[in-house]
Amino acid sequence: MMDLRELYQDIILDHGRHPRNFHALEHPTHLARGHNPLCGDRIIVYLAVEGERIADVSFEGRGCAISTAAASLMTEVVKGKTIAEARALFAQFHATVTGGGAEELPEALQEDAERLEPLTGVKAYPVRVKCATLPWHAFEAALKSGLAGGTVKTE
Amino acid sequence: MAGASLRSVEAPGGRFDPRRLRREFPIFERNPGLVFLDSGASAQKPCSVIDGIAEFYRTDYANVHRGVYKLSGRSTDRFEAAREKTRAFLNAADEREIVFVRGATEAINLVAQSWGPAHMRAGDEIVISDVEHHSNIVPWQMLRDRLGLKLVVAPTDDTGEFDLAAFEALLSPRTRLVAVTHISNVTGATLPVARIVELAHAVGAKVLVDGCQAVPRMPVDVRALGCDFYVFSGHKAYGPTGTGVLYGRYDLLESMPPWQGGGGMILNVEIDHTEFQEPPHRFEAGTPDIAGVVGLGLALDFIEGIGRDAIRDHEEALTGYAVDRVSRIPGVKMVPGGQRQLSVFSFNIDGVHPHDVGTVLDQHGVAVRVGHHCAQPLMEKLGLAGTVRASLGVYNDEADIDRLAEAIGACREMFQR
Repeated sequence: MMDLRELYQDIILDHGRHPRNFHALEHPTHLARGHNPLCGDRIIVYLAVEGERIADVSFEGRGCAISTAAASLMTEVVKGKTIAEARALFAQFHATVTGGGAEELPEALQEDAERLEPLTGVKAYPVRVKCATLPWHAFEAALKSGLAGGTVKTE
Repeated sequence: MAGASLRSVEAPGGRFDPRRLRREFPIFERNPGLVFLDSGASAQKPCSVIDGIAEFYRTDYANVHRGVYKLSGRSTDRFEAAREKTRAFLNAADEREIVFVRGATEAINLVAQSWGPAHMRAGDEIVISDVEHHSNIVPWQMLRDRLGLKLVVAPTDDTGEFDLAAFEALLSPRTRLVAVTHISNVTGATLPVARIVELAHAVGAKVLVDGCQAVPRMPVDVRALGCDFYVFSGHKAYGPTGTGVLYGRYDLLESMPPWQGGGGMILNVEIDHTEFQEPPHRFEAGTPDIAGVVGLGLALDFIEGIGRDAIRDHEEALTGYAVDRVSRIPGVKMVPGGQRQLSVFSFNIDGVHPHDVGTVLDQHGVAVRVGHHCAQPLMEKLGLAGTVRASLGVYNDEADIDRLAEAIGACREMFQR
């Protein structure tokens, strides 16, 4: 049996209790809702995209420690990145937690991928993987739908 | 067979003994250390049901109501014997009042789609309570939208008790149907169904009762309750999935058109015209879940073998122990379950999301349900994203509750560090 502290690492609990970038953006260019019907968790991800660059990103909502920390860490790593870089980070993270494959990340993004490392403990808890990926799916939906405000569901 | 195995369940002196009863459930042998507190979602299955279904397939199986051969006759006898057992179990007047369906959800949809349009029209009202499961909300919303009805919600009070005075005030001659649960699947509150029926009948409304949580754990007498429809799922009553029961008063069933067409529900089919069977066969189109229904009959035998008074007494005492024990843990907030709370209780731990609680409890071998429990309107009313819900079965004892309490303690430690 895996030690639960591998899942609930200090950094996860910290981001879960004190999420960063936890507010609405005043002038978003993109937003989307994420919804986990299983537990009723809801999240809204806001983006301010300038050209190809994610100038600002934030989120609101309520969720478990895993999904809140995942959203918080996501906003920290994608802020300032290009859309392509952010998507590459998502692909890498998704592959890690679901056991799939992804292209190797460029050297410049390795450090950001490492910042997401504490979340990868969810891969030992298959029913919780979607908690960690929900904010990223909402992020992706926001990129696709602009201000139309898409909704993604985990199921 | 069932009788012999059940006698061994009783401790010397005939006292109810969950430890010995647990041995009837192979899941606990295959999952050592499992503390199963999710019977409200679905109960585990005793050997008599698991083996009985296999034995039925080996010995008596054929399609029912069809063949002229002896085997089909035996299969039909087993299937219809389950109907008679169910009648006796609910104390219905006539076995033709028992319709086999896939589950309580299907039973409610059957009433909504068949009885609804035949007896209601625009402006009529349906009253439900605010603790209903989605399965006793959504079919009525769909019917409301189809017929132009009004859906009225009767409240429970701050203690979790159904508010009879508020309910009575909501009734009017326009009320055609009252659809309420017998026991809440979130709070464990028992609703005063007999009184609800009296008040509803006084304004000419019919009453449907969702008995999913009540049937496995307390005596249910549909004639004493006076209700018009009573529904339950087999899988919550130690029976197989895919089985359920609609009890309907015969005159009501007779007044209802079929809701699905097919084989088994007809008297005579000409290419442009069909005469339908009488109830209950009118509502059982197609080959039913024959082995499932036989298994449901065995599950009811299992429950009767223990005795529903004994089960209720055991679960009532254990509920009291659990609510007392868990509510004493600092940081735990219980969802109130009224004066007559039975076998189901919900709570939250300060500052910890139910989903995280569920993962920690699981790591300690304790299986509970977390989330909204298919009762989102109730969560909204309580101002909660969700709860942690524990629910009891005949195999649970105080040691299980102690394990739950320890795991809650571990959870608080984990998140308070």
